[in-house]
Amino acid sequence: MISFPIIRIVTKLLIPYILLFGLYVQFHGDFGPGGGFQAGVIIASAIVLYSMVFGLPAAHKVAPPWVIEKLVAAGLLLYAGTGFASMFLPRPNQDVAVNGNFLEYAALRHNFLPGILPTDQHLGIFLVELGVGITVTAVMIIIFYAFAGRRRVA
Amino acid sequence: MMEFQPWILEIPILALLAITAVAVARVRDLWAAVMFTGIYSFLGASWMLILDAPDVAFTEAAVGAGISTVLLLGTLALTGKKEKPTTASPLLPLAVVLVTGGALVYGTLDMPYFGDPNAPVHQYPDPGFVEKSMHDMHGLPNVVTSVLAGYRGYDTLGETAVIFTAGIAVLLILRPNKDDDFSDADLKSSRKERKARRKKRKRGRK
Repeated sequence: MISFPIIRIVTKLLIPYILLFGLYVQFHGDFGPGGGFQAGVIIASAIVLYSMVFGLPAAHKVAPPWVIEKLVAAGLLLYAGTGFASMFLPRPNQDVAVNGNFLEYAALRHNFLPGILPTDQHLGIFLVELGVGITVTAVMIIIFYAFAGRRRVA
Repeated sequence: MMEFQPWILEIPILALLAITAVAVARVRDLWAAVMFTGIYSFLGASWMLILDAPDVAFTEAAVGAGISTVLLLGTLALTGKKEKPTTASPLLPLAVVLVTGGALVYGTLDMPYFGDPNAPVHQYPDPGFVEKSMHDMHGLPNVVTSVLAGYRGYDTLGETAVIFTAGIAVLLILRPNKDDDFSDADLKSSRKERKARRKKRKRGRK
């Protein structure tokens, strides 16, 4: 492999900031512009950049394909699981215990460390966006791996 | 002091968008064409930012200018970098494009003015979402997120499932086989082989 020292060093400097920005977009998405999808593609693009500069085997060490394959499903499961969790938890502020509907975040209300941990609607949106972010990151990386891992046939 | 005029940014960006689009169509070197599509996406992202849609701009910059450009480059590395010269006459395609483009421009004449508060998109389903959101979501100020993940969470679940399905489909078609000679094959197969060896050992014990 031909080494391009300037590109390698600039990439090394940039990647932490790209990842940090991705996390900011993910977890600050409730307050500012952003959300799971945007964060997912930003984090995935950091991995893509890394593997473009340092080679696919190096990227496979950072983000092993078998882990990424599992994450594709894990994100969607987290999203759907949040929905099912609210079906098995009682709605707050009701005399008779009634369970919430699918994805009814009000049922996720809790009094554990109030003010520090998100609760209620905030917790629901947090989990759901995290699920979207995980799935989008994993799908983008897996598509890139699938393309980059191929060799010219003829 | 003169007030900032938005057209100072708008006109150059739109002009550059048009120039890039023509360049993509004209250039015969496919590497250059891919680079131009990346530039086009980046300009598109800047344009979205001017239209006050930063989330769309993020997505356009990361997907359009970043990942899809890389995927196209990866495809070119497998196929070839020169477009075959066409012998067919360009008149019929030109006519189709002109008619379609004219119809689309004609369609926009009926649309409400940009940012018009009386536009149907701002009146329906219910403008009250914007006012209710803060209270309903217990103080989360981003209405876009609360509509996407809160009021229409079921919808977004479907969208995530679509992305999931797309990823699985690409994986099924393009996933490297174990027997192929890939750089990561040893990493992957070693794990599988370890599993197989463990199974064999178990069977042997029985």
